[in-house]
Amino acid sequence: MSEKAIKLNKKDIFMTGVIKENAIFKMMLGMCPALAVTSSFESAFGMGLMVIIILTLSNLVISSLRNLIPSDVRIPSFIVIIATLVTALHMFVQAYAGALSDSLGVFIPLIAVNCIVLGRAESFASKNGVVDSVVDGVGSATGFALAISLVGLVREIIGKGSIGLGILLPLPFETTLQLFPSDYAISVFVSPPGAFLVIGILLAIFAAVGNAKPKKKVVAKK
Amino acid sequence: MTLELFFISLISAMLVNNIIVIKFLGICSFLGVSKKMSNVWGMSAAVMFVMMMSTAITYPLYFYVLEPLGIGYVNTIAFILVIAAVVQLVEMILKKYVEGLYRGLGVFLPLITTNCAVLGVAQTNITEARNYADALTITFGTVLGYTLVIVAFSAIRIRLDSANVPKAFKGMPIALVVAGLMSLAFLGLQGLV
Repeated sequence: MSEKAIKLNKKDIFMTGVIKENAIFKMMLGMCPALAVTSSFESAFGMGLMVIIILTLSNLVISSLRNLIPSDVRIPSFIVIIATLVTALHMFVQAYAGALSDSLGVFIPLIAVNCIVLGRAESFASKNGVVDSVVDGVGSATGFALAISLVGLVREIIGKGSIGLGILLPLPFETTLQLFPSDYAISVFVSPPGAFLVIGILLAIFAAVGNAKPKKKVVAKK
Repeated sequence: MTLELFFISLISAMLVNNIIVIKFLGICSFLGVSKKMSNVWGMSAAVMFVMMMSTAITYPLYFYVLEPLGIGYVNTIAFILVIAAVVQLVEMILKKYVEGLYRGLGVFLPLITTNCAVLGVAQTNITEARNYADALTITFGTVLGYTLVIVAFSAIRIRLDSANVPKAFKGMPIALVVAGLMSLAFLGLQGLV
């Protein structure tokens, strides 16, 4: 019985991070990478993967050290832990996925000051057990990764009319799926203004869907 | 450094490569504090202080300490520590000597440690600036561009509050669309330098 309750709890922690407290669409955290690296699906997906790795590891390390770190210096300690992980990951990506590293540029080291990573460390990992913190880290980061991948997908399709695979990520194949002729693509969507427009319109769509839902429930009750 | 180079660096950092709408750094503060005009001036002033001081320290730190020692790769950690220390220092100095300004900036100073604009500028200066003076010029231009965009955006948002926008677009979505249009305007300055 109790085991089942704990399991449900873990699932709740995970789903809260993915949907209810989605970093981009609900909390508006970590907007810089969400706008900057989403000009193609692959770079957005690569960024999402990196944030999953960093957030899981940082939550793991911080929650296991939470009783050792004095609370007065906890923020600087968290930042140093996160920055160390980011530096290690940056070197790893430079070695094994050079194209991705070049395309993300300064935004890889900037994961260190991403509000999501520090936010989860401060609000969850510093107060909860190791397993819960890891689940929370994976959940929040997955929510972030899904959100920016969606933005990247929309921008690349409208802006280029195609989806490139294997160009930035080290996949065994390299293809470009042309969905419609690039003459009809609106190239402003892959340039900076498109990032704001796409996220703004996606938010409006989610708000419209959210506004429509409660009404239905009320009608159903009556 | 010649006057010509000075103006090229200044204009390009301020308008052509605007830090918020073209390079997407410091978006959190851009969206977060732009609801009230008084907050905007406070945040801009705080960013000005911290960004100038952190560039003044991180640029020589990288080229005279980290690089000669062969540990250039720890720059992220080193820069974050410098920025955190600068923020703390600015806070202490203001608290002691300029009480009024401290009360005005108080809330914004700690936020700047995690403002990615500051770390972003420190990082890009290493690869893009020609020399120390150029790095300082770029930083100054960046802060001017930051202030320009965030003040303009805040003024638009105040008007948006009383505008009749579709329900789904109320609040953040319309603000982002406005930011997109501003970004489009800045994209038009691309050929300036």
